[in-house]
Amino acid sequence: MSTPVTTPAAPGPGGSAPSGPTVEPEEAERVSAGRRVVDRLIRARELGLIVVLIAIVAITGAIEPNFLDADSLKQTVLNVAIIAVMTAGMTLVIVTRNIDLSVGSILGLSAFLCGDFLTKNPSVPWIVGVLIAILIGAACGLLNGVLVTWGRVPALVVTLGTMYALRGVAFLVTGGRQINAEDLPDSFLKVGSGDLLGVPTLIVLAVVVIVLFWFITRDYAWGRQLYAIGSSGRSGGQAAKLAGLKSDRRVTQAFVISGALAGLGGAMYAARYGTVDATGGQGYELRVIGAAVVGGVAIAGGSGTVFGAALGAVVLGTIQTALIVLKIDDFWQQAIVGLLIIVAISLDRLITNQSEALLRQRSARRRTAA
Amino acid sequence: MSTISPTAPAPDRTPAAPRTEDSIVKTILGRWETLIVGLIVVVFIIGAGISSEFLTGDSLTTGSSDFTEYAILALPLTLIIATGEIDLSVASVLALSSALMGYLWNQGLPMEAILPICILAGALCGLINGWLVTGLGLPSLAVTIGTMALFRGLAYVILGDESVTDFPTNYTDWAFGNFAGTVIPNTIVLFLVLAAIFAVVLHRTPFGRAIFAIGANKEAARFSGLRVNRIQLRLFILSGAIAALAGILLTLRNSTAAGNVGDGFELTAIAAVVLGGVSIFGGTGTIGGVILALILLGAIQKALNLDPDINTAWVNIVTGILLVGSVLGPNIAARVREARRISTRGTRPPRPGRSAAPQSGPGGEGNTNA
Repeated sequence: MSTPVTTPAAPGPGGSAPSGPTVEPEEAERVSAGRRVVDRLIRARELGLIVVLIAIVAITGAIEPNFLDADSLKQTVLNVAIIAVMTAGMTLVIVTRNIDLSVGSILGLSAFLCGDFLTKNPSVPWIVGVLIAILIGAACGLLNGVLVTWGRVPALVVTLGTMYALRGVAFLVTGGRQINAEDLPDSFLKVGSGDLLGVPTLIVLAVVVIVLFWFITRDYAWGRQLYAIGSSGRSGGQAAKLAGLKSDRRVTQAFVISGALAGLGGAMYAARYGTVDATGGQGYELRVIGAAVVGGVAIAGGSGTVFGAALGAVVLGTIQTALIVLKIDDFWQQAIVGLLIIVAISLDRLITNQSEALLRQRSARRRTAA
Repeated sequence: MSTISPTAPAPDRTPAAPRTEDSIVKTILGRWETLIVGLIVVVFIIGAGISSEFLTGDSLTTGSSDFTEYAILALPLTLIIATGEIDLSVASVLALSSALMGYLWNQGLPMEAILPICILAGALCGLINGWLVTGLGLPSLAVTIGTMALFRGLAYVILGDESVTDFPTNYTDWAFGNFAGTVIPNTIVLFLVLAAIFAVVLHRTPFGRAIFAIGANKEAARFSGLRVNRIQLRLFILSGAIAALAGILLTLRNSTAAGNVGDGFELTAIAAVVLGGVSIFGGTGTIGGVILALILLGAIQKALNLDPDINTAWVNIVTGILLVGSVLGPNIAARVREARRISTRGTRPPRPGRSAAPQSGPGGEGNTNA
């Protein structure tokens, strides 16, 4: 923060704990009971997604056995890889109670610039192109983050603006050109279609990114701080700030990572599809946010895991392929993504309401017993 | 400007209580609307420089006619944003209405039946949004991101990738024609009538006061006896119905119904509302300011389109920048003033009228995050 924050009182040691510094024993018991219920819910969400996933695969496979081919399943997972990588970044941003609508445009811009660079410099190793894509994405993310934290502009407004502005920039940069697969170096295209130890490279990459950020957000202070910032969101992150967290810096970093992963997604997009023009990644922001929300990341911030979000991406991607295999009209896809978002957030709310009522009942019963 | 004092940021959009002659002048100069009018003048001067066609009746006709749908979408959006909520699904409802219109026309229904059905369908979409927000208590951002995909998807489901173009000429002629021999298009006259109704409702009725009260402080509004949920539900229904009307107008004006129309219209509509001085946190704003912002955006779009050398991608870039800038600008101004006040505080005793520092408390930057 560059502005002085007048601290009214010394913050309690557990600034982000819901019950404050003075925890009565009974109260503490209630909190731990609440934590247990929440834990169970999170696990239920991930288990639920796995069940849904198995059901989709089984039903589709029963109707159309081709769906269960190794090749078809590989295609499904390949399609998911790019979205899953971007979803990991989006999860970090949403957990801090922000949103990033610009990832699709960042993907388009970085995919084109990465492809353009590799086309013009075929002798340079492809990894340089990937790094350029990541850097461009990170720069866009930095812009978003600075506008949100330093400029105090709501993330919705910032990223809605940059979503269109960056798409406009992509159109300016391409000037109507298109990069084709034959222009790109073979070594780069091989990343998109090749294998690493028998597993498609893109999938390896996606798994590495997801596992990395899952651990960072689960076990490291940096990641837990994001949750603290997001769950003190009603006061604009004040509780986290009073507890001494560098809230603005963390939020900016989350945006930078989201942008960088969208840039990486751009490089993956260029490597996988080979053809890139200014419209690359259009509408991806909806699929990425949809995957995160279906995966249990709450738009209101403070809850959800990178692993859950990745599962959400896999479920959405599998449904998409299943629709194609079942020869259901392509046009249903977007409607189903939207419907799943609505169903997921509604279910979350209903479960939360119920578990809150349960907790209230339990603590009331305990109070009367005491 | 509203007389309700805002609790949200963007302080320099509300004139401070005038104390002297000097400060009255300052108040007028410092008003948000004055700034927009100044920008409009600048754009008109630049536009006239770009092309001699800019300041002609013909250009006014086409320019304003092309902006009809944004303008109409912005009206109910003003009300929704003034209550502190958001509706990202307006452009998708517009597309759904257009697709439904084409489908029903293909089915051989008369236009007299189709138009009310489309409006009702739009209202139903709004009801879904509104119920999810008020009934289930979900954040409007998450809900309308979901329905944005859902309604757009349904538009594709209804009409696929075909388009319907054989609408009756008496309807399309009206939508394409000018009002009573003037240079003003019929559709803009319809917009002006709607705008007048919205302005009266927002600024001269208890319903309008209730909207600002909800935006300023939802809890306080509820405790003072306002039916917050019912009012918000009505606003979402209104937004859906008006978006459907905009879809009908767009379909008739282009005499084309398709599922992909109006892609990205929500950006321009939201940009107009925010640029027009409506706080994205709710509680302040005027219809007049939004109309001025619409004129500004429309003039920019027309001016950029008139010059064949300027890439049309600039429209997106400029709109995005204006959207972010309209929130960023006042925030920076507030920061500068704040810094100046702090630096002078040491040498001078604080002025008697300003005992409470509005921006230095921890709540001052309340809603940094979306």
